[in-house]
Amino acid sequence: MLSRFLRQVDIDNRMLAMIIALLVIWVTLNFMTDGIFFTARNMYNLAVQSSVVAIMATGMVLVIVCRHIDLSVGSQLGFTGMVIAYLQVHVFTLGAAWNWPLTILCGLILGALIGLWQGWWISYRGVPSFVTTLAGLLIFRGAAYLVTDGRTVAPMDKTYQVLGGGIDGSIGATWSWILAGVAIAWMLINTTMGRRRSRKYGFKVKPFWAQLFFLAIGTAIVCGFVMIMNAYYKPRTEIPRGIPVPVLIMICVTVGMSLLAKITRFGRYVFAIGGNPEAAELAGIAVKKITTFVFMVMGILSAVAGVITTARLNAGANSMGTMAELNVIAAAVIGGTSLAGGQGVISGAILGAVIMQSLDSGMVLLGISSAMRQVVIGAVLIIAVWFDVVYNKNRP
Amino acid sequence: MGQTPLVEMRHIHKRFGGVHAVNDVSIDLYPGEVAGILGHNGAGKTVLMKALSGAIPCEEGEIRINGKKVRIESPRDARKYGIETIYQTLALADNMDAPSNLFLGREIMTQYGTLDDLAMENEARQVIARLNPNFKNITDAVKNMSGGQRQSVAIARAIYFNAKILIMDEPTAALGPQETAMVSELIKQLKSEDIGIFLISHDLHDVFDLSDRVSVIKNGKLIGTRQTKDVTKDEVLGMIIMGKLPEAD
Repeated sequence: MLSRFLRQVDIDNRMLAMIIALLVIWVTLNFMTDGIFFTARNMYNLAVQSSVVAIMATGMVLVIVCRHIDLSVGSQLGFTGMVIAYLQVHVFTLGAAWNWPLTILCGLILGALIGLWQGWWISYRGVPSFVTTLAGLLIFRGAAYLVTDGRTVAPMDKTYQVLGGGIDGSIGATWSWILAGVAIAWMLINTTMGRRRSRKYGFKVKPFWAQLFFLAIGTAIVCGFVMIMNAYYKPRTEIPRGIPVPVLIMICVTVGMSLLAKITRFGRYVFAIGGNPEAAELAGIAVKKITTFVFMVMGILSAVAGVITTARLNAGANSMGTMAELNVIAAAVIGGTSLAGGQGVISGAILGAVIMQSLDSGMVLLGISSAMRQVVIGAVLIIAVWFDVVYNKNRP
Repeated sequence: MGQTPLVEMRHIHKRFGGVHAVNDVSIDLYPGEVAGILGHNGAGKTVLMKALSGAIPCEEGEIRINGKKVRIESPRDARKYGIETIYQTLALADNMDAPSNLFLGREIMTQYGTLDDLAMENEARQVIARLNPNFKNITDAVKNMSGGQRQSVAIARAIYFNAKILIMDEPTAALGPQETAMVSELIKQLKSEDIGIFLISHDLHDVFDLSDRVSVIKNGKLIGTRQTKDVTKDEVLGMIIMGKLPEAD
């Protein structure tokens, strides 16, 4: 009965397992923290914290899909974040309206250049990505320190701080509901268009009730999320915060990266390279160029994460993003990206990031020491990869 | 045959370090002809064909297509000249479905410049149905398909884009009797459409039944080329094993 239902709605088993795991973790943590976990305040912070990891994880999915790894994303975040903070506070005129957009642009370009540098060594010089990015982990962490000789840079531009999701860093109740409406409308349009196009070619369409079921779930998630975000007020007022800006950025990145993976030639080629590099080469795909580009995308996303982190801290510190690579890789793998290459889902990585962050911040709520948290997160990474190995072995 | 050959390969050399994998081989192919290329494993047949398909560009020698000298330095170049290859390994991306593999590197795009998956699936269904009517699950990942189905995908990819020259490297190695018969049928059909086919095999019987001419390669050197009807299997076997030309010449 259940298996027939699952076959009809055509949902990925693995994704389902992830969703169940997330729910189990949430309920358990809520129970253990006497209901603190499910408060609006905690969920809001969880959303903001997850977005940094999630943004980088979407890039890591592509990196891992084409059979590489990027161990340097945390250092990239630190370096680009430091450069942005330094430019904003010490180089450009602080307070000028053009200051923060320009520093962000510089940060993104720097991220792309870092990716170009690593991608070049990996594709055109044949240094394994493991080594190149392990070196990058050191190089860019050191570079982050060298920007100001280790001094922390603060404070950041007022408008820029909005990007961090702090007190003014959310869009309010009205806009949140408008966005929710747009999201629901988009799901509706997408479903109807998909059905119509499948019919045009006479292909089988999913049963109507199954799609209705998905629409209902999607709508419930969107509305539930907005309601929780609106239930958290600004300090000493009753003004709802609404969706935090970092989460908005994350949603944009996710949509953009999903489209890149699904509907562009580039995305198709990344998966082809991951599936069979030799076949991709024989099909005339410029494997080296595509691989380099994947690392550039990763660099840009690390820079985006750097923007959010500096805006949130209201400062640039050279230790930003330390150990982030672990969370990012774990998020991608938990979200269904196979380390064997060729398999991965962008939206899965978001789920993975939320799972990782839930564990991490849940343990903080429980008062578990940071040393113990590291032990747990490390163990979770091993279990996630082991799950991937078992899953791949048992597949028909 | 008085017409211009479809393909002429002249004095092709290819070395890998100290190994002379292809040593001064010249070979040609006419439209509507099946040229069998025989030899032991490691004799150099595949390397020779990879020089033509662009996978391993040759360093010495020249290639003419329809009488015109060309340089083939990548698989993309080869495709430009209408050369399609079915590799022995099939060269499929296992994680992707049949339409994605069929159109890999030559995707159908929508007017907005995005991948048109449904159009590709539609085209793929038509071409695959022609080859293998029982093959319906084309949107499964290739790794979940049977050997015959995978072979169908590889063949469909080669013929969909109106190939003029087809290279088939051990096309029946992984197939059962029924599927082998299907490939033989297909070769005859393509021949009647004036496509030139290089058929590479180490299986003498395969090649003997299908090809018009056979060339034998041993240790990277061309032993000789004969009309299939002028030689017996034993004579060709002698060429393969001993590198000896038939007495009659």
